[in-house]
Amino acid sequence: MRVTFTANGKPVEADDVWEGESLLYVLRERVGLPGSKNACEQGECGSCTVYLDDTPVCSCLVAAGQVQDREVRTVEGLADENGELGLVQQAFVDAGAVQCGFCTPGLLVQTDALLERDPQPSDTDIREALSGNLCRCTGYEKIMDAVRLASARTCERAASE
Amino acid sequence: MSARTIQGQKNLQDIRQASKDGIGGSPLRPDGNLKVKGEFAYSSDMWHEDMLWGMALRSPHPRANILSVDISEALKVPGVYAVLTHDDIPGTKYYGLEIQDQPALAIDKVRYHGEAIALVAADHPETARRAVKKIKVEYEVLTPITTEEQCLDPETHGYVHEPHEYKSHGSGNICHSQKLVSGLGVTDEVRAMADVIVKGSYEVGMQDQAFLGPESGLAVPSEDGGVDLYIATQWLHVDRQQMAPVLALPEEKVRLTLAGVGGAFGGREDLSMQIHACLLALHTGKPVKIVYARDESFFGHVHRHPATMTYEHGATRDGKLVFADCRIVLDGGAYASASPAVVGNAASLGHGPYVIPNVRMEAIALYSNNPSCGAMRGFGAVQACFGYESQMDKLAVELGMDPVELRQLNAMAEGDFMPTGQQIDSPAPVAELLQRVKDMPLPPPLDLEHLDVRTLPGALSNTSHGEGIVRGIGYSVGIKNVGFSEGFDDYSTARVRLEVIGGEPVAMVHTAMAEVGQGGVTVHAQIARTELGVEQVTIHPANTEVGSAGSTSASRQTYMTGGAVKLAAEAVRQALIEKGRRRYGWQHRDITLVGGKVVSEGAGVLVPMVDLLGDEAIDLTREHHHRPTVPFDKETGQGFGHVQYTFCANRAVVDVDVELGLVKVVELTAAQDVGKALNPLSVVGQIQGGCTQALGLAVMEEIVVKDGKVRNASFTDYLIPTILDTPPIPVDVLERPDPNAPYGLRGVGEAPTVSATPSIVAAIRNATGLALNRVPVRPEHLTGTL
Repeated sequence: MRVTFTANGKPVEADDVWEGESLLYVLRERVGLPGSKNACEQGECGSCTVYLDDTPVCSCLVAAGQVQDREVRTVEGLADENGELGLVQQAFVDAGAVQCGFCTPGLLVQTDALLERDPQPSDTDIREALSGNLCRCTGYEKIMDAVRLASARTCERAASE
Repeated sequence: MSARTIQGQKNLQDIRQASKDGIGGSPLRPDGNLKVKGEFAYSSDMWHEDMLWGMALRSPHPRANILSVDISEALKVPGVYAVLTHDDIPGTKYYGLEIQDQPALAIDKVRYHGEAIALVAADHPETARRAVKKIKVEYEVLTPITTEEQCLDPETHGYVHEPHEYKSHGSGNICHSQKLVSGLGVTDEVRAMADVIVKGSYEVGMQDQAFLGPESGLAVPSEDGGVDLYIATQWLHVDRQQMAPVLALPEEKVRLTLAGVGGAFGGREDLSMQIHACLLALHTGKPVKIVYARDESFFGHVHRHPATMTYEHGATRDGKLVFADCRIVLDGGAYASASPAVVGNAASLGHGPYVIPNVRMEAIALYSNNPSCGAMRGFGAVQACFGYESQMDKLAVELGMDPVELRQLNAMAEGDFMPTGQQIDSPAPVAELLQRVKDMPLPPPLDLEHLDVRTLPGALSNTSHGEGIVRGIGYSVGIKNVGFSEGFDDYSTARVRLEVIGGEPVAMVHTAMAEVGQGGVTVHAQIARTELGVEQVTIHPANTEVGSAGSTSASRQTYMTGGAVKLAAEAVRQALIEKGRRRYGWQHRDITLVGGKVVSEGAGVLVPMVDLLGDEAIDLTREHHHRPTVPFDKETGQGFGHVQYTFCANRAVVDVDVELGLVKVVELTAAQDVGKALNPLSVVGQIQGGCTQALGLAVMEEIVVKDGKVRNASFTDYLIPTILDTPPIPVDVLERPDPNAPYGLRGVGEAPTVSATPSIVAAIRNATGLALNRVPVRPEHLTGTL
């Protein structure tokens, strides 16, 4: 089948899609967006998290056909058009929250969504919001630091605007 | 000191401040931006026009004879390009890290659940999946050999590898054994010297590395008949060494390039899909990609050895240890993998970081029909630490002593001897590390008035509002070796090139080091900056065009490959200075490179590096060998076996819901001596990550194997700590330099994974009063419903 949708603001089209393919597979193998990661492909690890019409979802659990005519935003869409890192991305780099980095794309999208709805989350709010995103390297402490840093910068930016 | 010298030094001070990104600083990862943009190419992201997808058929039985394999129906599936069995292997059919006992594809029998039997290459992963299902295998299913008792009685239960097949120096179903005796050993006379004796039996479940990036890679056949493999691994050269004979290719025709690695933790030390992808690529003449699904990943790599251990410790009334008698049985599973080295570690480190005058130890690894076990972070030291630290707590109770004071009283220090006879010849601040975690402020007590259920045991499940919750505190300390031991010449190679690019001096570092997330690439750049006085450093992709960097394991890469980068950079620096001496006739003896300039402490700046380099590039390669070690004597365990030791201490605070058997680790504190923190941010990240994997082993993680079959090959059923399960992890980093090591550094990655598990179990014991002789601790162990 053919699937057409919007990925990071651009229209994309995938042909010869087998009905059983996931959105994750289509992104990674058919439309050249491998940033979303394939760690468990059963909705347990959050590494493949993308926005589907502004809601974070595990793209491995979304059938490709379900995204017809919808909008998808992936980790590749978090930087601006000039390739400048987004605020959450920069905070993850600065805080040392990236080791192997395989969990990072999903955590970035999930953190972006968290700060969008609550720019100043408590530590427990952060832990609750990110509890569906597994990381095996960091022990999460630097990820907590990164989210706190991104939160502080978000609030600073809001105050200066 | 002349005015000119003082001025020269002041100038140098200013220049030096500019290079804050050298060693001791925390510059950001060179791959960080790519990783947060989703542009870093991991092994599963590899793509090639016209590539095929490879997939393996795996055995549903842990032990069976293969009577026939019929691939004819699979070959008929449209889109299938090849179906291969062991008959299609052009070269040697066996491989292995230490003992070549594992067939690349099963030959006539399978020895564990999930063993690969046949391979398919197809145009789509679903086509491959369907074709795999059409391969017909006729099995004669046999009763698996799975328990220690069965393994040690092959006359009754049979052999995992028939005696004539033995490729190891083991015997029966024993893959490897190591004994150790020190002092007087453990005799009745020695026992009589102790006022108090405690005994215990302990078990450690099978832990999985559970790295997030699945085993994957892309094999591309080349025109010269060879193959290029883009792969996530821990050691490119040892992969190639095992692959080339199976592919019947000379090593130079098997070229490996490191693709992005999504974590490793020991699980990528063995081959997984490397040979399979290359066989399919060479057979079809097309690029072949293999990506394991998560369930296949659980079958596709070795795990941490489950262990059963018996310990007996004797001490005087005032708490001095008199003897330790230990037996550690590790289940190695079907194939040897790294079992011999794991046994060596268990035997030589299994008494812990304590001075014990009399020790008797035996460690063995069994062959069984359980999943193969090999390297995982902590490597043989983890299981033992749970045993000896549990014993220390038991002894403290028996003696009525404080558990930290008992440990400190017996803690080893620099100058003491290991039971192997090896003297500890660098700092070993074991007692101080314990004191530091003890002195750290405690988290606030449980406040039932203002609690947030999300922070309690059960968390988001909302299972408790504070009722039935008891707090406990526990301590532990552990010892781990750094680098490969027992006489192995564990060298690393580095190539450093210095040249002018865009008007600036730029260093390029080229090694075969597997960056698996630990940050070695950051450290390499820092070393080059420090040694060459440059700011701009590029890291060449890791591949087999340069010499071996050894494995990214054993906490060794900063020590070994970092050491090689240091040697190569020093050689480049010397070459540049010699060039200057020849050109300018400098007589100064203290010339060095700082801030892009050639400088002398006395004379200040001599010349900018760009002027001296001109169009020439200085490109030198050096090998770094650590000091030699020797194998342990097989019977006595004596020998200078280890390169370096590393120590970490922990304090755990836990809340236990004693009614539901749920545990929340409230805080996990660590203090570790790292010799010299080359990158403090990364060092702390390693310690926190290591502690969290230890937390997983303490209360969550186990591959459940029943009658040889894996019952929980998914992240739904094999639970690793989430951010809600993981507490704040305050870290106290000590820097006591090791004079034998580059910059005085000590390997960092593994010690916390060794030491932290027993502190958590000690805290749960402290809260509940239960004995808890097995990890992971499960709810049924706490509620008495087992």
